[in-house]
Amino acid sequence: MLTKILSGDRPGKPLLSLIIIGIVLCLAFAPFLFPGTRALDTAARICIIIALVASYDLLLGYTGIVSFAHTMFFGLGAYGVAIASSNMGAGWDAIGLGALCGVGLAMALAFVIALASLRVRAIFFAMITLAVASVFGILVSQLYTLTGGEDGLSYKVPKILTPAFKLADFRILDVRLDGKLLAYYLVFVGAVLLFLVLLRVVNSPFGRVLQAIRENDFRAEALGYKTVFYRTIATCISAAVAALAGVLFAIWLRYTGPDTVLSLDLMINILVMLVIGGMGTMWGAVLGATIFVLAQNYLREVMGAASHLTANIPFVTDLLHPDRWLFWLGLLFIISVYTFPTGIVGRFRGTEE
Amino acid sequence: MSASDRPVSMTDEKPGISGFVLARLAYFTVPFLMILAFVPIGNVSVWATLTLAGLAMGLMIFMMASGLTLVFGLMDVLNFGHGAMISVGAFAGVSALLALTPLYLSSSVELNLLALLLAALVAMAAAGVLGFVFERTLIRPVYGNHLKQILITMGGLIVIEQLIVVVWGPNEIPIPRPESLKGAFVFGDIVMEKYRLLAVAVGLALFAMLRVLLTQTRIGLLVRAGVENREMVEALGYRVSLLFIGVFVVASALAGLGGIMWGLYDEVITAQMGMSVMILVFITIIIGGLGSIEGCFLAALLIGLTNNYVAFLSPKLALGSGIILMVLVLMWRPQGLLQR
Repeated sequence: MLTKILSGDRPGKPLLSLIIIGIVLCLAFAPFLFPGTRALDTAARICIIIALVASYDLLLGYTGIVSFAHTMFFGLGAYGVAIASSNMGAGWDAIGLGALCGVGLAMALAFVIALASLRVRAIFFAMITLAVASVFGILVSQLYTLTGGEDGLSYKVPKILTPAFKLADFRILDVRLDGKLLAYYLVFVGAVLLFLVLLRVVNSPFGRVLQAIRENDFRAEALGYKTVFYRTIATCISAAVAALAGVLFAIWLRYTGPDTVLSLDLMINILVMLVIGGMGTMWGAVLGATIFVLAQNYLREVMGAASHLTANIPFVTDLLHPDRWLFWLGLLFIISVYTFPTGIVGRFRGTEE
Repeated sequence: MSASDRPVSMTDEKPGISGFVLARLAYFTVPFLMILAFVPIGNVSVWATLTLAGLAMGLMIFMMASGLTLVFGLMDVLNFGHGAMISVGAFAGVSALLALTPLYLSSSVELNLLALLLAALVAMAAAGVLGFVFERTLIRPVYGNHLKQILITMGGLIVIEQLIVVVWGPNEIPIPRPESLKGAFVFGDIVMEKYRLLAVAVGLALFAMLRVLLTQTRIGLLVRAGVENREMVEALGYRVSLLFIGVFVVASALAGLGGIMWGLYDEVITAQMGMSVMILVFITIIIGGLGSIEGCFLAALLIGLTNNYVAFLSPKLALGSGIILMVLVLMWRPQGLLQR
């Protein structure tokens, strides 16, 4: 049963399995284990980012395509919900229509980009997607009437997903059973489903072809696989999942703006998470996203304290300033590309390149 | 993919007159664009002003992009960290200018230009040194692996960007142009901004120097040969790795020069400027054909001109004009304007 759900792709080594199970359990019972809105928000972000990073892994880790347009698809899903909800009012119909439009547009765009540029070399694709994504970001900030420009959109979601909605009068473990809890579980279940779908995809015959293309596209082509076709489909699936993750994000945050869903920083973060967690394995996405989001939220406090401690040393205190956390992650990123190219998961599994 | 398995044209066309024109069609795109733009603009002085502005912008883009395309052509390395060199050049150059404030803000043209020259040298030196360190520590171990190159240089970009913030502070630095470069010459209705004239002059001089260096000198010969076929040059007993590091340092220095020029053009510099300019630079080298210096030159001019014409005709479209141009060129020539 479990094997079937996980498509036969278990995390592997016992310690790794334990960590993954721990993460999943923590996320599943987050509202009860970690009280407070900030902790719940962090948990929801982790769920969504896991799905997003996993969808990127399908491209980078499994197919060997470097794309810089992944946040564009994420943003399309989020903006679909945001635009529909702010124009049609709060409701499931708005979310449904917005999600449909966002995902549809993301897949169509992915298809066009892939067809236009996957024939060329990997490096071209990286640059072209970077250019397309930047133009998309500019477009979003220019179409003020539709997208709210730089300010983004704030909107309402169905009442059942808001703290105002009461599920029951009693409390479990001192947790109020309200709409926020429902919203969290919507995000959690959604993210788990997306992840399982991706796991299914990469362990299917289709996924094996993708890995063959990653290893040696010339040989895959010689075996009779149309590599452009496979790459295009992989790009579309990945875009669709990213857009759905964006939908979840928009529902959770009730705000969508270019900085939160489209920025290049987010794109780089996804890349960093995946490489640190481990490319070419979906479990790497789980680890990478969890570590990164936790670091983003809590490492800064540690660094702030360290910065105070070293206040007398001029350069060091600046390096330890909470806003410089990306510097340390950047270093970690470089080191991990060199010393453990298969990421944390690869280290655990003992697989070398 | 090494240089040797690039597609080589197998067609042996007899170069008749039409063949000659066709083969050099890419060179005619720039004048063609200029003439084409005149139709909707319809006013000589506006057109001339826009053209000069476009050329100046294009030549600054060329300064930033030429190094990257050389590095790619010779070393087959796509350096996403090139943007970091642009930022570092801009910041180092601006620091030099601030140190030279009396020279820089005096009203004497010679002193202003001297300050600028010194600042440009500082910018190039800083970016060049950084390029040397970058190549030795980061890129050297990942030659021949595109995926890792992209990841590593991206990581380098993040780290350097953060280091810039640590050294120069998180705020953007406003940097006014010197007195004698403010304002414009006016010939009749044609407005020529002084700074843009300077950018055109520097850019053209740089292109001429690169051309001479690449076509007339022994080093240029080796570089071009290395671009064509690295193994062959190595087999002839030349140390290509030494050539690599030299080209990389020069490329970084050029990025630094472009950075300070661009910073003064914008009159403000930020740690993120390298990353945002990188997108323009990538579009340029894709349009030009990776590894081709002439293609890069043509593409930069095309982008600069298109940007200015479109900004005048339809301001909303200007931001996407580069990518529209890229799509059009790639539909016509998938390998870029001058790639074989």
